[in-house]
Amino acid sequence: MKNLFKLFSIIIIITSSNSYTFAAEKVEYLKTDWSFKGVFGKFDRASLQRGYQVYTEVCASCHSMKYLSYRNLAEQGGPEFSEAQAKAIAASFEVTDGPNSDGEMFTRPGKLSDKFVMPYDNVKAAQAANGGAYPPDMSVLVKARGGGVDYIYSLLQGYEEAPSGISLDDGVYYNKYMYGNKIRMAAPLSEGLVEYGDGTNATVEQMSKDVTTFLMWSAEPHLEARHQMGFKAIVYLIILTILVYFSMKKIWSRIESEV
Amino acid sequence: MSDHDYRPKSKVGQWFNDRLPLLTLANHLTDYPTPKNLNYWWTFGGILTFCLITQIITGLTLAMHYIAHADMAFESVEHIMRDVNYGWLIRYIHANGASMFFLAVYIHIFRSLFYGSYKAPREIIWIIGIIIYLLMMAAAFMGYVLPWGQMSFWGATVITNLFSAIPLVGEGIVTWLWGGYSVDNPTLTRFFTLHYLIPFLILGLVVLHIWALHVPGNNNPVGIDIKKPSKDTVPFHPYIVIKDGFALLMFMIVFAFFVFYAPNILGHADNYIEANPMVTPAHIVPEWYLLPFYAILRSVPDKLLGVVAMLSAILILAVLPWLDTSKIRSAVFRPLYRQFYWILVADVLILGYVGAMPAEGLYLLIARVATAYYFLHFLVILPVLGFKEKTLPMPLSITEPVLGGSPNLAAARNKESKIE
Repeated sequence: MKNLFKLFSIIIIITSSNSYTFAAEKVEYLKTDWSFKGVFGKFDRASLQRGYQVYTEVCASCHSMKYLSYRNLAEQGGPEFSEAQAKAIAASFEVTDGPNSDGEMFTRPGKLSDKFVMPYDNVKAAQAANGGAYPPDMSVLVKARGGGVDYIYSLLQGYEEAPSGISLDDGVYYNKYMYGNKIRMAAPLSEGLVEYGDGTNATVEQMSKDVTTFLMWSAEPHLEARHQMGFKAIVYLIILTILVYFSMKKIWSRIESEV
Repeated sequence: MSDHDYRPKSKVGQWFNDRLPLLTLANHLTDYPTPKNLNYWWTFGGILTFCLITQIITGLTLAMHYIAHADMAFESVEHIMRDVNYGWLIRYIHANGASMFFLAVYIHIFRSLFYGSYKAPREIIWIIGIIIYLLMMAAAFMGYVLPWGQMSFWGATVITNLFSAIPLVGEGIVTWLWGGYSVDNPTLTRFFTLHYLIPFLILGLVVLHIWALHVPGNNNPVGIDIKKPSKDTVPFHPYIVIKDGFALLMFMIVFAFFVFYAPNILGHADNYIEANPMVTPAHIVPEWYLLPFYAILRSVPDKLLGVVAMLSAILILAVLPWLDTSKIRSAVFRPLYRQFYWILVADVLILGYVGAMPAEGLYLLIARVATAYYFLHFLVILPVLGFKEKTLPMPLSITEPVLGGSPNLAAARNKESKIE
């Protein structure tokens, strides 16, 4: 048993030292309570719905979310809009379909099965419209950034006047959480930019939290199912381990040896 | 071996067994006499078998949904994560399973190093093991390329470019490997093919590994030859089966923790950005289990010599049974070797750490010293130690130390004296 403890402490040491964190990149990110962290972590439904509103009214004019479909908005573990709401959301977008029997492309209102409509037809068009910078697709964005949700949350609130001595080109902004501090996106959020249907005060902090929550869900749509299954699986394994331990003791008691 | 006399009880069993002695094999595996003093470090063979089977089953399932095409691979992975039933679970088991596999194999290898399990008459088991380890690294590397994220693409570029260090034909070989003039779709499809093939090669080698093990039987913490079967041994079933099962369950709890609560912690965030040949990531780092060798590669200023050093670092293990001149297997009875063993462990951990850091300044210096020490350990310290070291007296059978407490204590109680 002593060896087992040794072994587990080694595993913990190895895994707790995140070898990819570079000293130079260490910045203290802003902290907030994420409801989806922890063993029983779940998304805050209202926050997800508000976050979708921020995404669609603010971010979506430049950032695509190409791996999501409108049906996802009504699925369990997500914002859980009603099916009627999700249908209405989908229908509010124009989707290019076709070709029809005449060989023509045509537009129609979106359906649940459609992917999120993209703001630009392709990467080149997105770059042309944004001074050469490509606004990254947001589907898995929080997983694609080292600091994850804390990084995105901080970045949205990290716009500042550039300190003296740092000169910024046209269309470049200063952000204290951005790698290299220079970002091509202007501060996207400002007080009261969206009007929340549930009466929540739309502060920059609130909107940042809501949209980051939404992005976490879009990157990990099955997070809640994962947490629930994980708890069951680990409890099951622990019970089984205990039972097997005593069986082992019993079996080994037949011979003169320790186990 | 006595189990060759085995005769099945039933007539049908006898009829079948006379034609294909599968029942004899099953009987051999059940009765296989195993030293009764094996500690938990010996349970990782079973754990590794579990890892391999898990990777094969989840891998087959993923392959049903994955599309090996440069334009669709990333999207198909997202499709698995979002729309395939429990696709997220299967993918996270497979991705973290690779890390768990390596965690277990490193413990398995270092157990062998501590207890001298590679020494005669077990050299072939050891060499097959090294080949399995090499294939594992190849499989893991190619598997990491398949999601076609940024780290996939640039990792593939860096590693395949190593072959360009070969004089004269290097560039040609790289083009041949890529199937073009850069890492692209042909590279992805062949990596997928090889990634699919290698686990089955490993499976075959695992059978040979176990077969070779069953000829001399297990080494044990005391490291002495034992009579089999005897009071020093227990039948594999149920004693070792239940013990391996218990250890496996403990291992699965750790595994499950990663899969369900930290599925991306061992990966790199950049691999959730689709591969882009026009944008190079700030730092290209391999998966954690390859970092020590990556550090060795980068610590040599010359490209060709760096590749040679990296390959030598692995291949030197294959000749280890002949580099270690000591007749005593277990480090329990080798007070000096025991210290050098732990220095080597620290050295490899340091190499892994600096492998993740930028190759500059102090990190580079540390990497160079650690690389030099790594080779010093195998090429100088081990051969010399076998002649110079005063080993502790060994018990005649394992029953003695087992009954008198742990072998460590028994050994420590005796005064140091040279054996033979």
